[in-house]
Order: sequence, then C-alpha cells, then structure tokens
Amino acid sequence: MENEIITLTVNGKSVQGRKGQTVLEVCRANGIHVPTLCYHPKMPPYGGCRLCIVEIQNMRGLPPSCTTPATDGMEVTTHTDRLMRVRKTVLELLLAYGDHNCLLCEQTGNCELQDLVYEHGIEKVRFKGEFKPHPKDDSNTMIVRDQNKCVLCGRCVRACLEVQVNGVIDVAARGSDSYITTFNHQSLKDSTCVFCGECVASCPTGALTYKQARFRGRPWELKKVATTCTYCGVGCQLELNVKDNKVVKVTSDHEIPGPNQGSLCVKGRFGNDFIDHPDRLTTPLIKENGEFRQASWEEALDRIAGRFESIRKESGPDALAFFSSARCTNEENYLLNKFARAVIGTNNIDHCARLCHASTVAGLATSFGSGAMTNSIDDLKNSDVILVTGSNTTEMHPVIGSTIKRAVKSGRCKLIVVDSRKIDLVDHAEIWLRQKPGTDVAWLNGMMHVIIKEELYDKKYVDERTEGFEELKKAVAAYTPEKVEEISGIPKDDLIAAARLYASAPAASIAYAMGITQHINGTDAVKSVANLAMLCGNIGIEGGGVNPLRGQNNVQGACDMGCLPNVFPAYQSVTIPDVREKFAKAWGVDSLPGNVGLTIVETIDAAGKGKVKALYVMGENPMVSDPDLHHVEEGLKSLDFLVVQDIFLTETAQLADVVLPAACFAEKEGTFTNTERRVQRVRKAVDPPGKALPDWQAIAALASRMGYEMNYPDAEAIFKEICAVTPSYAGMDYQRLDAGGLQWPCPTKEHPGTKYLHKDKFVRGKGLFHAIEWIPPAEPVDDQYPFLLTTGRVLYQYHTGTMTRRSVGLNERYSECLVEINTEDAARLNIKDLDRVKLVTRRGQMEAKARVGEMTEEGTIFVPFHFSEAAANKLTLAALDPQAKIPEYKVCAVRVEKVA
Amino acid sequence: MLPQVLFQNRKPRRIATMEEYCRSGGYRVLEDIARGKYSPADICRIVGEAGLRGRGGAGFPAATKWMSVPVDGAYPRYLAANADEMEPGTFKDRMLIHVDPHTLIEGMIIAGYAISASKAFFFIRPSYDSSAMILERELERARQAGYLGDNILGSDYSFDIILHRSGGRYICGEATALLNALMGKRPNPMKPPPYPTVKGLWNRPTVVNNVETLANLPHILRNGPEWYKGLARTKTGAGTKLFCISGKVNRPGCVELPIGTPLREILEEHAGGMRAGSEFKACLPGGASTRYLTKDLLDVEMDFDSLSAVGHRLGTAAITVFDQKTCLVGVTLNLLQFFARESCGWCTPCREGLPYIRDLLWRIENGEGREEYIPMLRQMSRDVWNAYCALAPGAASPVESLLTFFEDEVREHIRLKKCPFSRPR
Ligand SMILES: Cc1cc2nc3c(=O)[nH]c(=O)nc-3n(C[C@H](O)[C@H](O)[C@H](O)COP(=O)(O)O)c2cc1C
Ligand code: SF4
Ligand code: SF4
Ligand code: SF4
Ligand code: SF4
Ligand code: FES
Repeated sequence: MENEIITLTVNGKSVQGRKGQTVLEVCRANGIHVPTLCYHPKMPPYGGCRLCIVEIQNMRGLPPSCTTPATDGMEVTTHTDRLMRVRKTVLELLLAYGDHNCLLCEQTGNCELQDLVYEHGIEKVRFKGEFKPHPKDDSNTMIVRDQNKCVLCGRCVRACLEVQVNGVIDVAARGSDSYITTFNHQSLKDSTCVFCGECVASCPTGALTYKQARFRGRPWELKKVATTCTYCGVGCQLELNVKDNKVVKVTSDHEIPGPNQGSLCVKGRFGNDFIDHPDRLTTPLIKENGEFRQASWEEALDRIAGRFESIRKESGPDALAFFSSARCTNEENYLLNKFARAVIGTNNIDHCARLCHASTVAGLATSFGSGAMTNSIDDLKNSDVILVTGSNTTEMHPVIGSTIKRAVKSGRCKLIVVDSRKIDLVDHAEIWLRQKPGTDVAWLNGMMHVIIKEELYDKKYVDERTEGFEELKKAVAAYTPEKVEEISGIPKDDLIAAARLYASAPAASIAYAMGITQHINGTDAVKSVANLAMLCGNIGIEGGGVNPLRGQNNVQGACDMGCLPNVFPAYQSVTIPDVREKFAKAWGVDSLPGNVGLTIVETIDAAGKGKVKALYVMGENPMVSDPDLHHVEEGLKSLDFLVVQDIFLTETAQLADVVLPAACFAEKEGTFTNTERRVQRVRKAVDPPGKALPDWQAIAALASRMGYEMNYPDAEAIFKEICAVTPSYAGMDYQRLDAGGLQWPCPTKEHPGTKYLHKDKFVRGKGLFHAIEWIPPAEPVDDQYPFLLTTGRVLYQYHTGTMTRRSVGLNERYSECLVEINTEDAARLNIKDLDRVKLVTRRGQMEAKARVGEMTEEGTIFVPFHFSEAAANKLTLAALDPQAKIPEYKVCAVRVEKVA
Repeated sequence: MLPQVLFQNRKPRRIATMEEYCRSGGYRVLEDIARGKYSPADICRIVGEAGLRGRGGAGFPAATKWMSVPVDGAYPRYLAANADEMEPGTFKDRMLIHVDPHTLIEGMIIAGYAISASKAFFFIRPSYDSSAMILERELERARQAGYLGDNILGSDYSFDIILHRSGGRYICGEATALLNALMGKRPNPMKPPPYPTVKGLWNRPTVVNNVETLANLPHILRNGPEWYKGLARTKTGAGTKLFCISGKVNRPGCVELPIGTPLREILEEHAGGMRAGSEFKACLPGGASTRYLTKDLLDVEMDFDSLSAVGHRLGTAAITVFDQKTCLVGVTLNLLQFFARESCGWCTPCREGLPYIRDLLWRIENGEGREEYIPMLRQMSRDVWNAYCALAPGAASPVESLLTFFEDEVREHIRLKKCPFSRPR
C-alpha cells in the first residue's frame, strides 16, 4: 500500500510518487520547488503559513501542498499569477506585523523569510500594522528568542514536542497576539528546557539564534565541517561552523545521514566552546623539581623514549602500561595498541570501557558471541515494547532518549522502565519498576519466572536457536514474584504486569547502560538481560535486541581496536598463537606477547606495588573517573614515570612527568565507532592550538624514536591498515564512510553494513542461556553507613568534566556537584535543598550541596561523578566483578551528615 | 398557525419539563429503539430521506456525515453536540435549551445510536452558564428515568452525555477545534484528512453536530421523512428553522419558521417590520460570517439552496437588520475587531490578514482613510480565503460585500476624512 507508485502531473510534466506522500513531498522528490515556511521534513505537516499553496484540478480553492495527500492522476500547478499574488500577500502580512530588519539580524543570509521575500519580488511593504513589540528572552547563554522576528510557523513547537518530545514551548494567546512561550511564561532558563537546540535548528528566521555566535560571523562567512560529536556514544553528526580558525557554533542538518537525523543534545550543540578555551595545552611540558616547564616535542619525545627504553631494559616490557582512550579516534587507539604490543611488547593496555561496559563485552560475548549492541538506534521505532533499565537515557544518551520518546508517542510502542531513580523516561512509561540498587539479577529472574510459568515464552525460538534452557528454568524457579519483591522492593503485581507486557510484544528491545554493568555481578546481570531477550525470541529480529548504550563517543571503537589486555583488534585473542602470528606478521615484528595484560584497576594496584613503573595515559583522567581515588592517587604517585597526553592539564596530567598537548576532535581526521557499531568520520575543522598534535602523530613519532618506523602520511593510511587486520571493518574505507557511516560487521566492499546482529544464527552458533543466582552488593548498608550510594552522570556534564566544565552554557545549567537525597530522608536529617552535606564511606569523604527531591528513593543517595572537587569516586568501592573486572560504582554504603 | 416543531412545548418564561416533553410524544422514539424497532442504519436512512441539513452554519447533510463513520471503525465512538454558539447575532441554541431541553437530549441519544457511540459531549459556551445548569439538571432526570446510562430502557444500548463548558473562544465552535478543546489541547482546527468521523476524539470516530440539528431528530423519526420535508416552503428544503432576528425591527427575537420562508415575510410579519423612522438598508442573513444582503433581495426564500443561488449563505439564520442611519463601515469594523481577536492564530492569512483589514477599516472610519486602501481591502478580503479553516473566509464576507454593495459609502468616509454618519459632537 504505502509503496504503491502513483503518477501525477505537475506543471504539465508527469512525475511519480508514492501513495501516502503529500503533494509537496512528491514535488520535492522530483526537484520541483514550492515555497514553504511552516513545513519541516522531520515534523508532521502544519498547513499554517499558506505559502505552499498550489492549484489542483477539480479541487476548490488553493490547497496547501504540504497537507494535501497526493493521489494518482492528480493535476497540479505550482506557479501561476494567482498563486504568486496570494503568496505575496502572505509574505506582505508577515512583514506588516513583525520587526524584520535584516540589517540587525543575526540570521541575515540564512533566513527562509528573507529568501521568500526576495523570491517573490516584494519591493515594499504597503502597510505596517499595529505591532506591539515583545521583550527578547536572552536570559541564558545559549539561545536567544526574539519574538519580534517570529512568523509563528510552529516549527519550534513541533521540534520540541514531536521531535525531541520535550514539550517545553507552545503558542500562547491567539490571533495576532499569539506568541511562543514556556509553561507559566518562564524564561527558557527557568523552564523545563534542556537546551537541545532542536528549536533553534528548525527556526526559519532570526527568532531563535545562538547567543554565543552573535557577531562572530555571517552565515556566508562560515565554513561548515560535518563531523561526529565528541561526547556520548550516540555519535551524532554535526556541523562545526568555522570562521578564522575558530568554531563559532555547531549546527546540524537532518539531511546528513547518521543516527541523529539532525537532532543533537545540549552537549553536542552548545558544549564545544572548550575547543578554543585558553586552558588548552599548547606545548609539551616536562616536570622538573615538581614544576612544569615548556619543552619542545623533540625534547619531550626523547625523554619519553629514553625512560621507556631503560625501564623496559631493567624491568621488562610488562613494567610499562598504557591507558588508551574512548575519546580518541579508532586510528589513535589502534596505533596505541600497536605501540604497546609491537613496540614495547606488552599487553598492558586497557581503557575506560573497563569501567563502564566490560561486563557487557564479557556477558554478551558468552551469551551471543558478540559483545556489542545487537540492533540499531533507528530500529527502536520498530519495537512494540522497549524496556529501559539502568540507563537515564534522556540525560546520558539524549538523542536516543528522544528516539524512545518518539516511539512511545507514535502510539505503537510501550515503554517499561526499571530504574531506582525517577528518571525522565518514567513519565513516558507504561510501567515503572523501582528496584533497590544492586538487585537486577533478581528482578530479571523474576520476570523470566513469570514468563516461563505462564508459558509466554517463544518456545520455537528457544528450541531452535538456543541452548541451556532447562538450566535457566531451574535457576529462575525460585524467583517467585513474592521473593523478588522481598529482594528488590518491586511490588509483585507490577513485576508480573511488566513480564506479561514484555513477553506479549512481537518485537521488544532492551536498552541498558551502567546501571546494569557497574556491579560486582555486572556480567551476571548482562547475561540475565540476554536470557530474558532470548527467552522471548527477541534477538536477531528487527525492533528487538539487547542494546547496551555505550557511554563515550568511541568506547566501541577503542574496544574494537584491541585496547583491551586480552585481545587484538576485532576481539582476536592474544592467547591464540595463530592470531599472534598473524599480527606479528602484519606489524613486522618477530613475536608478540601472549600473556593477558593488566586491566585499569589492576594496573593501578600494580603501580602501587611497584610492579608497573611507567604508564602512558592517552586522553583519560583516572584521577577523577576511577573508583577509590585515594588508591588511584597512591598508585600513580608510586610510578617512576608517567606520561599524559591530553588536551587540558587534567588532574591526572598534573601528576605526570611529561605532558603532551593533543589535538581535539575538531582538529584532526579519523573515525569514531558509535554505540550501534557505526563507524563514522571525524573531520578536521580548525588547526590545533600552538604545538598540539593529533594523538596518532605523537605515538608515531615516539615509535620511530624507539626504532620502530611508523610512517603514516595521514589518518586514512592508518584506517587502511585497520581494515586489513580487522575482519569486521574489512569492507570499509573513508569514501564509503563519507556516505553516512557503516555498521560493522562489514566484511567486504560490497557489504552494506549490519543493522542488527544474530539474524538467523547467533555469532556463537546457538544463543546460550546462563543459570544465574542473585548475589547481594559487596557492601551492604549498616548502622554506621545507613544509605546506599549510587553514582552516575547528568545531562550537562560529561565524564570528568575536562571539556564540559569549560563550556559556558553547560555550566550555566549544572556547574557543581549536587547530591540527590529523598525528601523524607532529608527531613529526618534536617537537610534542606542546597544545604551543604558531607558523605562518608569507608574509603573517604566529600562535601557538596544537597538536592532534595523525589528523584531517588528513600535510603538511596545519588552523586554525579564529574566533579573533581567533590569527587564521588573518593567514596566508591573498587570491588570488582570477577569476570569483567568492572568496579561496583553503582552501590556502596554511605553516611550522610549535614555540614553546619 | 405555523407548525411549531422544535418549539412545540415553548412556554412563556418557563422551561418545558420532562413530563411535558413526554406528553408531547417525547422519548417515544427512544422506546422504539430500545424495543428494537430501528437499527442504526434505519435511523441514518430515515434522516437521510428527510433531507435534514446541519444547522451549525455549513448545512452539511446530517445522515451523510453519520454514514461516513467507517463500518469497521474503532470503538468507543463519540458524539459531540456543538452549543458553542458564539456567532454574533445567533442565540437559537440557547433558546432551544431554555425551551425544551429534552428534545435535545433525546436527539443526542438517537444520533449516538445511529453511529453506535457510547459517549457524547455537550460542548457549551461558558457564558451560557444558566443553560448549562438547566442541562445538568435535566440530564440527571433523564438518567433517573433510564433514558441515559447503561442499558437504556432495558436494551443493550448504553450511552451517556457529559456536559463540557467551553473555554469561551469563537474558534472552539469550529468542529475540529472543538475536538482539540475536548481533548484538553489548544483549540486549533485540524485539517482533514483524517476526518473526525474516521479519527476524531482520541483517534476514534466522532461526529460533531449542532444542537439544533440534533433537536430535529425525535420529530423526524416520530412523524416520518415525508412529513418533515413537507414542512418546508421550498422544494429542495426540509423542516423548520430557528431564525434569530435582531437590529432595527420592532420585535427582535427567535422564531421557528418553515425553511424557505421569504425574508420580507420574516421581517414584516414575524419581526413586526422596521422600527419607526428606520428604513431597511441591508442585513446579514445568517450571522456575522455572511455577506450583507441588500434591499433588492428581500424576497429571497430563506433556505440553503435559494440563498446560495443568489450568492449568499443561510449560515446560522441569524438575521441582523441595519437601517439607513447605520454606518456599515463602523459595523464591519466592529465585526472585524471580533474576528481578528477570535482568530486562533494558526495560519498567516487569518492571523495577520484580519488585523490588517481591521486596521485599514479603523483608519477609514476615523478619517485617516486613503483611496488606495480600497483596492488593498478588496484584495485582502479575497486573499484571506487562503486560510486553514472557515473562520477567515467567514470574516471576509462582510468586508467583501461592503466593498461590493457600499463602495460609495466607504469612499465618502475617505473623501470627508470622517464618518458621514457620525453626529457632530
Ligand atoms: C469559526 C467557526 C465557528 C463555529 N462555531 C460553531 C458553533 O458555535 N456552533 C456550531 O454548531 N457550529 C459552529 N461552527 C460550525 C462547525 O464547524 C460544524 O460545521 C458544525 O458544528 C457541524 O454541525 P452540523 O453539521 O450539525 O451543522 C463553526 C465553524 C467555524 C468555522
Ligand atoms: S532547546 Fe530543546 S527543550 Fe528547549 S525549547 Fe528548544 S527544543 Fe525544547
Ligand atoms: S520562533 Fe521560529 S520556529 Fe518558532 S514559531 Fe517563530 S519563526 Fe517559527
Ligand atoms: S546525544 Fe551524544 S552524540 Fe548526540 S549531541 Fe549529545 S553528546 Fe553528542
Ligand atoms: S483561519 Fe487560520 S488562524 Fe483563523 S481561526 Fe482558522 S486556523 Fe485559526
Ligand atoms: S508549508 Fe504548507 S502551509 Fe506552510
């Protein structure tokens, strides 16, 4: 039906369209221009501006093409004298009521109204009506709303409500008094706005503009460079707008193919002012007598090469260790992996995936045979049910959060949220289960208990495609809803309802993040998620899947590139001699080490014990991000030699012996791999500051100094080598990636990439069920430490804040650590909102202001970990999951005290 | 005596009780329905044969609208009775409620049955609070009597009516805006497709009918389509019509007359003729959204088709009469102040076009007019037809007809630099 071809005549020419398209869509698809203003391809049609009117045979009046369905045989005329006259009237009216002085407008040259007025040859406004000017809203540092330039096309309202599903703004008043405002007419700053900027991106006029870009470049002076966002794992495509080697603002374009179709979040759109921040490192630094001094690259690299050589000679290659970075490109991670293994000869390489999704990689690899997100972001719209757990998606992966909210809003999809915090998605959920932190295996087993007991599972799928079902059945038998209620606090009827809803869906997707993984039994919880999905036949189908949402922009890529102590690129094990031989040959060395190297937390331990003597840190900040920071500091301080390569002098860099200035994502070429396995291009927009260099150039120069020639003319040459040794990337090259990225596996040049994994067959053959018992968190609460502490992130900050805390807009929104505490608990402790509180655990303490509310449940405290001065990780426990070695960030016992 | 159908129980200064309504044959049709005499399709057929056209202003055949609910359309389905009645000069719906509320209630149940609806909303203008209170009381009586609620009169048909006070904006009376209002949204109109009868309230089939349209139903079913057609004085017309007459006549008010009664007869016999000293200059024949009708058409028969044949509309059949001493520029300005204010603001031609017209008229009326405003007004009153809903074209009707029939009067304002009708102060 939907794809039925229809034929229309437009301006006497026969054109084809699809049934279900509007007349406007058919015209556009056939390259026929029809003027529009309120139309936006991402939004439902509006029909308000009345510029897209056409004449259609046998239809009365002048129907707007944007709302008129195209039908077979229709005869359409888009330009007649009458149409032009009526369109001119519309434009004249818009000019009559409004303040359109293009000389004083930031959007001049990039304004749809301006273009339309010109296109219609309007020379003067014959009449200027009574016009009451509206006050501007420039109360915040990111968005300016100048209502006087608003044409009431409703695009911002639909952008906010239909695209981002935030519903912050709407039209108020009526008739020509209408204006766009927020609930209760608050300024944007005080409203529920999350500053995604979708409204700004969709505004056709100068009514909504970027505040910080004002007077920094006219549209025609700006060069737009399309690239991939450097923040979270969604991998949004955005455009850096450059003038005079400065990024003036970030725009987006729905026509750039990618996971986001032009949507961004506040970090991607307004968080890039760190790029030309004065704090950027511009020259290598060498520490002498406890003080840094500037140095040349020659000197710095010589120093590093010399120290590395001598430490290797004295203590062997395993006395050196490398932290690579989920922030850097694939090319750089690949090169550091090669450097560690081929140049130094150690497998001591790891990165912060250890701290977020190591349990995912371990768990899903044993269940399915591959540790990545099974399905795609866009595929969420095909789900009948989405279960989100342990992911505050709207804050951590905002664009995926909006994708989920859109799916729910469309009416087709129902949402189940399992989260101990009352996150934004709860408002959109059919069912919300509020579990106690650390009880995920219990409720997952409970859901499976119900599904098996009520025989709601997919028997055929279980028989044909999986193994281990009987063991699973036995294991979950004990997890009755009553027992699960006891453990997790989830009312049994709610659990049953959720189980039924999940099982009833033809296609159900599970999305999760660190709420599942950062536990001592994180790997078990991941396997339980996999169990549930397989039980209902949801793996290997469109709209289904187990979808771990990866935190950082390139955490997937850093894993793919072998920045893990046990595997080469594409998860080829270092313990397999054939694999080692293959890489030794590719890298032109005699042999490669076969012993599994140290993970991040183990490296820190080993450093403390003097076993690891030198550490090379590329773009990571363990001094804020790792658990039990006292211990980290001790470890790093005991090192003989620490090299940090970064864009800022981070807390970790301050401890370094040599600091290398790095180029940031806007200053180099390369690729990132997003959470849905999509490899996307990173493109250079501006030059790095001072002497800063892309990380890969620093590594290559160091390797050459150490007698291993790394001669790459550019990042592309590295990528070619990656594709040669990484089977899942084999079919890729920069030209192919330019057309919108490719999702691995992509084994050949003809392969279109893989939207969802495990179709017809699991990577490991059959899907494997695991029988799993719930174990309580490592550190239960007691009289001394009566609260559960859980850590996480907030929308406006990112990781250790190195970049986000240098962004004006982001800090306006959230500039200091706020400890979330439940109203009841706060009342008992006599703590009021914004009072200072002290948190004490067995490992350390920190102070910050309290945020009293209903976000957390009674007995639970939430602390974001971005802030070094209130470092949550001074409190956390380095108890490790035995399988994945991921620390239990998400639960420990804490005491709360009010600071007098 | 003229046949009184909707007003048959009209009492001076009093509301007909449910018992009085029943005595006059009320709820008989409902009993027949409960007994299984009619299927929903039978009702649609009979009402279709009777030729009942919508009384809300557009004159759309009622049965045709009902039958556009898809046979396999989803449930529950809804009916909305439109008593928003904010068209200037119109007060017939209010009269109906105050005369014989149960004819409305029974009418709604019949329409609900015809489209298999289980719930209806009575959408009433908030300033009609006394009418709303009457309805609340009478609805409860009907419920007590078993006419409303679950299993009406022991049948398996269940239906109830919820009274909803509108937000008090003219646009809320537009059928699709009304649905948005009922759903708690901003009352913007919604362009079909989908039609409300396919996807209306909460995406379920929904029929919106004017209150007067619904009040006709018990009588049509009681007496048959032939009788109903016979009530009209024109061949193509059917039934009676409530006419609201206001302006410079001796007896303004609301009267029920056969469809097709000539305008002259209405004014002279039923409104007592022009007031002493007043001479007929023009009237708005069907509410403020219709064109000025001049002397030469006084003999027109007040029916949908006869009026449209001469370029006019029956609208709500609210006749407002102006005499030779009335400044029509002033009247039109007044109307445009109303329409410009009541525009919902969704579409450009109406949102900005009506203030544009209003502002030009204001200048003309206040001695600031210029010759070039006349072609500007004329063009604008044509171009606002390019609007999203029918409000703007309606609003343009008095302006366009002012310029067509009274251009001289407008020019006189411009020439004199003042309103020629204004009395010297
Ligand atoms: C601006 C505007 C206001 C309207 N107001 C009313 C109203 O108050 N009452 C009414 O019955 N119809 C009103 N209508 C007409 C309705 O849209 C609709 O046609 C009518 O309710 C359908 O009922 P009917 O078919 O029984 O006439 C209005 C239309 C417009 C464009
Ligand atoms: S910035 Fe985003 S949340 Fe804020 S009003 Fe615009 S679209 Fe809505
Ligand atoms: S602010 Fe911009 S997008 Fe929003 S209604 Fe006005 S012109 Fe349209
Ligand atoms: S959602 Fe993630 S990738 Fe997209 S703009 Fe925000 S931080 Fe960047
Ligand atoms: S014509 Fe347009 S602005 Fe006017 S009421 Fe209708 S939709 Fe609203
Ligand atoms: S683009 Fe169609 S009415 Fe605005």
